[in-house]
Amino acid sequence: MKPIAPKPMPRRFHQARWDEPVIFELSQPGQRGVLLPPVEAGIEEEVGNPARALPDSVRRPEPPALPEMSQVHVLRHYARLSQENLGADLNIDVGQGTCTMKYSPKVNDQLARTPKLTELHPLQDESTVQGILEVMYRMEGMLKEISGMDRVTLQPGAGSAAIYANVCMIRAYHASRGQDKRRDEVITTIFSHPSNGAAAKVAGTKVITLYPDADGYPDLEALKAAVSDRTAALLITNPEDTGIFNPRIEEFVRIVHAAGGLCSYDQANANGILGITRAREAGFDACHFNLHKTFSTPHGCGGPASGASGVTEALAPFLPVPTVEFDGRKYYLDYDRPQSIGKTRPFYGVAPNILRAYAWIMSLGADGLREVAEVAVLNNNYLLKKVLEIRGAGAPYAKGKRRIEQVRYSWEQLTRETGVHSEEIETRVADFGMHYWTSHHPYVVPEPMTLEPTESYSKADLDEYAAMLKQISDEAYTNPQIIKTAPHNSTVHRTRHEPFDNPDEWAVTWRAYLRKTGQKRG
Amino acid sequence: MPARKTLVYPYIPNSAPPAKEAMLRAVGARNVDEFYADIPDSLRLKRRLNLPEPLLSEAELIRHVDGLLNRNRSTRETLSFLGAGCYQHQVPAVCDEINSRGEFLTAYAGDPYEDHGRFQALFEYESMMAELLNMDVVNVPNYDGFQAAATSLRMAARITGRTSVLLPANIGADKLSKVREYLKPDIKMGLIPFEAKSGLLDLTALKTRLDQQIAAVYFENPAYLGMIETRADQISAAARLAGALCVVGVDPLSLGVIRPPVEYGADIVCGDIQTLGIHMHYGGGHGGFIASNDDPRFVMEFPSRLFGVAPTSVEGEYGFGDVAYERTSFALREEGKEWVGTAAALWGITAGVYLALMGPQGMLEIGEGLMQRCRFAMQKIARIPGLKVTFADTPHFTEFVVDFSGTGQTAAAINKGLLERDIFGGKDLSGEFPSLGQSLLFCVSEVHTQADLGRLAAALKEVVK
Repeated sequence: MKPIAPKPMPRRFHQARWDEPVIFELSQPGQRGVLLPPVEAGIEEEVGNPARALPDSVRRPEPPALPEMSQVHVLRHYARLSQENLGADLNIDVGQGTCTMKYSPKVNDQLARTPKLTELHPLQDESTVQGILEVMYRMEGMLKEISGMDRVTLQPGAGSAAIYANVCMIRAYHASRGQDKRRDEVITTIFSHPSNGAAAKVAGTKVITLYPDADGYPDLEALKAAVSDRTAALLITNPEDTGIFNPRIEEFVRIVHAAGGLCSYDQANANGILGITRAREAGFDACHFNLHKTFSTPHGCGGPASGASGVTEALAPFLPVPTVEFDGRKYYLDYDRPQSIGKTRPFYGVAPNILRAYAWIMSLGADGLREVAEVAVLNNNYLLKKVLEIRGAGAPYAKGKRRIEQVRYSWEQLTRETGVHSEEIETRVADFGMHYWTSHHPYVVPEPMTLEPTESYSKADLDEYAAMLKQISDEAYTNPQIIKTAPHNSTVHRTRHEPFDNPDEWAVTWRAYLRKTGQKRG
Repeated sequence: MPARKTLVYPYIPNSAPPAKEAMLRAVGARNVDEFYADIPDSLRLKRRLNLPEPLLSEAELIRHVDGLLNRNRSTRETLSFLGAGCYQHQVPAVCDEINSRGEFLTAYAGDPYEDHGRFQALFEYESMMAELLNMDVVNVPNYDGFQAAATSLRMAARITGRTSVLLPANIGADKLSKVREYLKPDIKMGLIPFEAKSGLLDLTALKTRLDQQIAAVYFENPAYLGMIETRADQISAAARLAGALCVVGVDPLSLGVIRPPVEYGADIVCGDIQTLGIHMHYGGGHGGFIASNDDPRFVMEFPSRLFGVAPTSVEGEYGFGDVAYERTSFALREEGKEWVGTAAALWGITAGVYLALMGPQGMLEIGEGLMQRCRFAMQKIARIPGLKVTFADTPHFTEFVVDFSGTGQTAAAINKGLLERDIFGGKDLSGEFPSLGQSLLFCVSEVHTQADLGRLAAALKEVVK
């Protein structure tokens, strides 16, 4: 036998294609997926069947038309769908920039699955939940140290909810000084996450968005022109989505403070600066972290996530209730906070993710967190170098400079020379078993691509990702048709998009699909 | 700063010195400090973070975390009757199996060509919820039931162009707090009182409060205090007459036996999916849903993702994608509808698995069984001298209020007595609803046997003696 040839690069991937029906098509009359504990005769004899005695106004006449399936068929259907999904466990997940896709350690998932957490009711007596309260208390302490803030709440359900909580606390702060009616403007930047502006708008403020200066930094002169006695807050991401750290951030804060506004630091993407620089030193009044980004909790197809809002003493009275406190003997929940903004979500936060993030920090410590940051930044600058070697790719702004944890690239040249767009590249990337993301809207950087190679990837991983991009670039110059007709190796082929924006055709549910296509339920 | 020990971290491949050196060489950097050139000296943290010493091995980490969590006593170990927004139900093993799979657990925001599976699973979740609700549009989950209620009311205000909403006075204080903060400052809130005897909304008072400013009447069915709002049709009719929308919060688990709100006049239906196969997680298992009819006036006001189905270039293939994406904050920043972000998608997939396992018969049986156990517990407790089951003549789903004022003891003292007997009692309502006296809100579940309910009654008898 001759030796088997080495693996080609990039790899010859094909996504699972189970050709799986929609679940309603798998229904078989009379099948059951689970059985329920029987209601004992003693109960039945005493109360009969109260559901059947409900008045017609509220009694359901027919059971819901859910699929009828045996257990194994439900399992198989969803197991197949899972195979048609590309989790971070499976791919070199550097293509989802701003989202900090990193390895979510399995041991932390195991820890979060204990019935000692999953089967806790949030209203149990405090004496029976001392363990999880201690985890929350310690977690707050560690995030206080990492951010430099005085207090941190773990209640928000995710990053955007944490932004909103910060805006609410800032609004309450101004109200406590009789300034809330007048201070009705929030300033953000176009390379800050869109939820900064969106959450502020919900909170009733006008949103002023600053664009970058010629070098890609937030425009200081634009800020000076924007601040006034109407400024409630600056909500700013740093490093921004470009991966560029704003070196004048202290000055931004100073200018807003001088106008009487407060400053909230969007640290959703803190991965590259852990232990290097903090919200406190830059003068911020508030900040937030996403535990599902920097602190490794799995992204769950888009949640459950977990947000953490940090504030200085001045904003601490306004924190959501309850806070977790320790009296030297026991941990307890403190609701006696008269200036609190109240609840941002039910109970106290996404406990399983708080536990996972706690375990992640505990497994790394101060040196490990700094190692995370440094390697994430090293990986990013390595990938930057590799991408800039690819024909048609560029990294606008701050020419020749290093970046922090991510880069917003541009394929402007490639598009000009080949007619291939970034969104088409995105689809083609699926053929190689990878993710790829353009950017938030609007596309200030033309034909954008945002890559964030966190600490979880090796040199070989980054080489493979770059080799894939290079191949697609080569295709754009030699055989663009292969990109324009992609995907070729995916679960499905190109989807017709027009129905999604046409009210006569769109179908958010199976029943709507059947109705709009004139079909009867099978 | 003291020198760091050189450690190889299992989660960080390039922490291994040879790998790191090769990388630095490749980028032409002497050290990692070069990458931080933009960060001014004044902003640098010039010391090591003050964090606990790391537990580098799995063995040390597990020992530490187990040591903490073992101080918890769970509802597996202790008979519990707590509800009030978080519910103990049996979670089918397949639910945990599917949401633990790395393909779903560790995925995020890929497009439908890499992540066909999550698009289909969430489309199916929307579709099965739609069968429960008898409505054609259901969102990809948002954060939780509180957020779902708050957003539903903002949607109603945008749809009607009106600026006030009415909520029921029998709503939970925490949800009311969230909604109030979320509607501020542009939407005013009023409360509809409830009848002291039935616990149901006071229809006369509702009618006097309805005017041309009211965008929506919101109520819950079952109510926070457990009652089934039997006059739901009259409430929605009154709302309609005033040109207001009817927004109803439901526990989806009740919809095997309780009529879907659209059939008694609801325009928007919302709630929490924690009861559909998701563990309590100390309050960390919530996800919100919002549903409406397939009317573009409503659809275009959803902030959430809405996954839809469409043909692909191959016959017999389903493709999926975002319906009406151009309304979201992802597309339009602050000009979008509120905001959309990471919320609770995995719980949506899980709830879909749950509904598929339960099927029509399971949903019917669980609803009937819960109502039977609830009524049984109410009757047993009502027979204990000095105890009063409040709103006893109204149908209940899983929760009910017991007033201990007649015993001379506080609700807190009753709970303490129960805890001494290894029972987690009900939620203390004395602060939240002073008008209900020294009351506890108890909750039953299908995991409770007749003997469990008997044990609760017997313990209560002892405690109040």
